[in-house]
Amino acid sequence: MSFDAAIADKKAAPAGEGEVVIRVRGLTNRFGSKTVHEELDLDVMKGEVLGVIGGSGTGKSVLLRSIVGLHTPNAGEVEVFGQHVSKLSRDERVKVERRWGVMFQDGALFSTMTVRENVMAPMVEHTKIPPALMSELADLKLRLAGLELEAAPKRPADLSGGMRKRAALARALSLDPELVFLDEPTAGLDPIGAAKFDELVRSLSNAMGLTVFLVTHDLDTLAATCDRIAVLSDGKVLAIGPLDEVRENPHPWIQEYFSGPRGRAAVR
Amino acid sequence: MTGISTRFQVDTAEDGKQVLSVAGDWTIWTVAQVEEKLRNTKVAYDAILDVSQLEKIDTSGAYLIDRALGALEGIDEKIPIRGEHPTIERLLGKVRKASPAAPPDPIRPPGFIALLDRAGHGAVDAWGELLGLLSFIGETMATLGRLAANPHRIRWKSVVAIMEEAGLDALPIVCFLSFFIGLVIAFIGANLLAMFNASVFTVELVAIGMLREFGAVLTAILLAGRTDSAFTAQIGAMKMRQEIDAMRTIGLDPMEALVAPRLIALVLMTPLLTFAATISGIGGGLIAAWTAMNISPQMFISRFQEVVPPQHFWVGIAKAPVFALVVAMIGCRQGMLVEGDVVSLGRRTTSAVVQAIFMVIALDAMFAVLYYMLNI
Repeated sequence: MSFDAAIADKKAAPAGEGEVVIRVRGLTNRFGSKTVHEELDLDVMKGEVLGVIGGSGTGKSVLLRSIVGLHTPNAGEVEVFGQHVSKLSRDERVKVERRWGVMFQDGALFSTMTVRENVMAPMVEHTKIPPALMSELADLKLRLAGLELEAAPKRPADLSGGMRKRAALARALSLDPELVFLDEPTAGLDPIGAAKFDELVRSLSNAMGLTVFLVTHDLDTLAATCDRIAVLSDGKVLAIGPLDEVRENPHPWIQEYFSGPRGRAAVR
Repeated sequence: MTGISTRFQVDTAEDGKQVLSVAGDWTIWTVAQVEEKLRNTKVAYDAILDVSQLEKIDTSGAYLIDRALGALEGIDEKIPIRGEHPTIERLLGKVRKASPAAPPDPIRPPGFIALLDRAGHGAVDAWGELLGLLSFIGETMATLGRLAANPHRIRWKSVVAIMEEAGLDALPIVCFLSFFIGLVIAFIGANLLAMFNASVFTVELVAIGMLREFGAVLTAILLAGRTDSAFTAQIGAMKMRQEIDAMRTIGLDPMEALVAPRLIALVLMTPLLTFAATISGIGGGLIAAWTAMNISPQMFISRFQEVVPPQHFWVGIAKAPVFALVVAMIGCRQGMLVEGDVVSLGRRTTSAVVQAIFMVIALDAMFAVLYYMLNI
């Protein structure tokens, strides 16, 4: 393919509509006698923000861990960027890891490093960028994630919960990934902070063409950021689609979820 | 990946304006190639950006372009763009908003002043540490006194659990090490005393050494390494997870619930461990005397009974509860001092072990002076 044709091709399909980034097939996870996932199927499209919801214990976090390869499922296949995560060699896995960023529930920032060093850590590991530029880029990521630079030389322990979440997001964005996993990004934030975070995720995904896999309990986050919503229940994806479509699903849990007082307020 | 490498070029257009043309991939994986050159290139702030040859770009690439076009000087105009690209405009907008306004440099004092500063802080910290230890000892004693008045408030369940964990489980290692120390002392003594034809005095050497010193000190040092670190880590982790705060809010006194059981358990178990250590040390000496010097076990034991008065046993075992108290107090105190982060947990665990071993040896020296003055 010639160079011009490549560009033309890229410009014709900016968001890469229809391209599947994460493909989960027949995922089964059991812990002792408790089955968390039973033959679960899920597709995440390129450029979308997918919100995953479900009651406590329905395996939202386990699903995330299975996709990024932190948990080996009992059965089933997980493909990310068209590659089987569990069957990769070390080198191939590193290549995939460079293309995604993960933000853990309580940040999981490295406590021995400053916030700036935390954001630089993936760059130090994977790139050959000169240190001065690396530090500038880390600052950029911190600002993109909505942190003031006063926080950069501090240790994670000296930050408030909301600031830690932002720093964790900055680290997840460190390598400009194509895919970001967010595990309950707004849990424990005040409503103003949470709303800002929602806005942030939305605007980042718009500007950078990010695909976002978002695990959340926050109805406002669902309404404000997600293109599609997947409801986990009974070990499967019960419903998947845009918010308005999922809300119409007659399943009792979904009805209770969206028509409770909190649900009504959020999706009004 | 197409064949065009990451590069840029500055031209002057017909209307006199500068044009910055960028080509190839401008992502975090490629920007290092052009960073320095771009930094050293002067580009007019009102230059036009030509993106017609640009391929992939991410925030890192956008940041470099933005920086080259004067973002750092605080110019807030939109960059005029020529050519078509799906994401460049949005990315530039996003990056411009987030561009750091002249990153602040941390102020570091010069080396010598920093050294003085650290030395001063160190001295103040050491003083504070001493005061803190004293006040913790006081608080512990008050708690123990309160518990002595109301013995039903003692948490016997945790006392017994800790007795098993810190006492019984330490028995094999304590006996094992002590056995070998006894063996070594006997061998050293055997060679030395043989020169004076007095090999049989090995019995006194081993017995008195183990009874008075090694049994108690060895046990205490092992507890300092094994149990003290565990105490600090347990209490420290509880502190980190706010369990201690939670206890306080529901009216549970952490001194009573956490510190006192550990103290009581260790004070009860250490004399027993010391006794076991002493016996197995003497056993080691007995084996060595038997194999190397032909002193039969019967002879060893009968000589032991003849020449070693029981006061040596009491001298040694009397030190055990004191060591136990100090070791447990240091471990618990350091645990309570842990702050919210992992670094402080590591630091506190280290200083618990170091302080405990230091205190055990210092106290042993004091005991030696005391016994010397008392003539026992």
